Amino acid sequence: MSEKDKIKTLLVKKPLKLDCGQTISDFPLAYETYGKLNDKKDNAILVFHALTGDQFASGTNPITKKDGWWNYALGPGKAIDTDKYFVIAANVIGGCMGSFGPSDINSKTKKPYGTNFPVITINDMVNAQYNLLEYFEIEKLFCVIGGSMGGMQVLQFVSNFPNKAHTAIPIACTASHSAQNIALNELGRQSIMADRNWQDGFYEEQNKQPDKGLAVARMAAHITYLSKAGLQEKFGRKLQERDDLKFSFDADFQIESYLRYQGSVFVDRFDANSYLYITRAMDYFDLTKKFGGNLSKAFEKSNTKFFIISFTSDWLYPTSENREIVIALNAIGKDVGFVEITSDKGHDSFLLDVPDFLNTVRNFLNKSYEKI
Amino acid sequence: MKKEFYNIANLVTKNAKILDVGCGNGELMKYITENISKDIRGIELSKSNVQKCVEKGLTVIEGDAEKDLRQFPDNSFDFVILSQTLQAFLDPENVLNELLRVGKKAIVSIPNFGHWKVRLHLLLKGTMPVTENLPNEWYNTPNLHMCTIKDFENYCKQRNIKINLKNLKFQNLFSELGIFILEK
Repeated sequence: MSEKDKIKTLLVKKPLKLDCGQTISDFPLAYETYGKLNDKKDNAILVFHALTGDQFASGTNPITKKDGWWNYALGPGKAIDTDKYFVIAANVIGGCMGSFGPSDINSKTKKPYGTNFPVITINDMVNAQYNLLEYFEIEKLFCVIGGSMGGMQVLQFVSNFPNKAHTAIPIACTASHSAQNIALNELGRQSIMADRNWQDGFYEEQNKQPDKGLAVARMAAHITYLSKAGLQEKFGRKLQERDDLKFSFDADFQIESYLRYQGSVFVDRFDANSYLYITRAMDYFDLTKKFGGNLSKAFEKSNTKFFIISFTSDWLYPTSENREIVIALNAIGKDVGFVEITSDKGHDSFLLDVPDFLNTVRNFLNKSYEKI
Repeated sequence: MKKEFYNIANLVTKNAKILDVGCGNGELMKYITENISKDIRGIELSKSNVQKCVEKGLTVIEGDAEKDLRQFPDNSFDFVILSQTLQAFLDPENVLNELLRVGKKAIVSIPNFGHWKVRLHLLLKGTMPVTENLPNEWYNTPNLHMCTIKDFENYCKQRNIKINLKNLKFQNLFSELGIFILEK
């Protein structure tokens, strides 16, 4: 079995009009499922992934051979219990795990799209994934859930399809990407573009890879997923396999070595152009502006029950930004719960073993499922 | 469940829209959900209590009533409940105004500092009263603004707040707790 055969793909025939004005059709949407859809078809959960995630949320990723990105939360007997629920996860368009993305071959030019790929948005990603409901003949999802960019997709999904999910769990996210986050994404993009191998985005045609730029982008981003306290506790000023400073630019400190490692393993599994396109989609996300500055209007038609979760040490998508969503929902009397989980693991908390978080998700899902 | 909660639950009407401010571990909300109205949600400051509410399947918003009532529009609830926490706020006057703004009616309970046990304690012992209902010492009590039933009634009179109902027969001297339904 070749690598590509391990990826399930839905060929979306229906034309999709993108926010940038272009229309795409007959494009691949890669997905994975966990658990079984019951006869009533009322136990389906759609999981949205974050910037560098993919459809392999649980178990072992067959391509990278690493654990699925949400292994702590999702699987048999876990918080999102696949013995009970049918979980669908798709790779976003613009991604690099089988869905339509910049490394796909353009049928007209017979070359990879590169930076000729259309700019996509969170709205486009969600509209593409909506096709999965039709494919599985699901009238209404039990839940839409996701963290970070996945949370933004949750908000967009409910706004676009107000009565297609009983419950929604946006985690560690925002309704409007902040200047700080745009700045950090721009740092990553410029790092990729500064790599000589990037070649204006047409590196694949020339058998080159902007690995160094992508690795630096990942290193910078990785710092933002952690917290100062978490870093200090894990690494402090500990030295890397040496007794003293070497008076060089070698990785003296463990934190340096750790970041270099994170950068180097990332380039093996991620495409640089996808990184550009997906960060751009995040930057363009502003649901508040889309509704004339009144976020409440985004959810006016919805009867979805919301549950919003933030983390104390998350400075990338801080509690205050998550709370804006709670306030917008309360302003129009929608059913919304909100919890801030104590954790020093930063923005990454939602991906890690944080028992309070996992129990909260488990309890909310199971109690809500009893009531539908 | 505390007797006070049965008394409060008896005051809300069938299927009313309710907000429980400082809902604790959700005991009262659970009782009301199962018996009177499913349209109820709570605000709670303590993270461990918020977790207990989620475990019970209740809608809860982690937050501080002193700041977070602001987000609700006027008259968005039929009843707003505040059980024995008014005296613990930094600015109880503001909280009371907010309760009466977001709720058509507010159900407020207060521990009565005018109860005879409290009076006797101060009179005989000469130290700050510590009773079953008020178990803390002066240095660690969360109660910043203790009042008596009479004080509370006077306050409402001055502010033109209607007291629609109170549970009190022997009033200031014999009730350890005052429960009021208030309206603007």
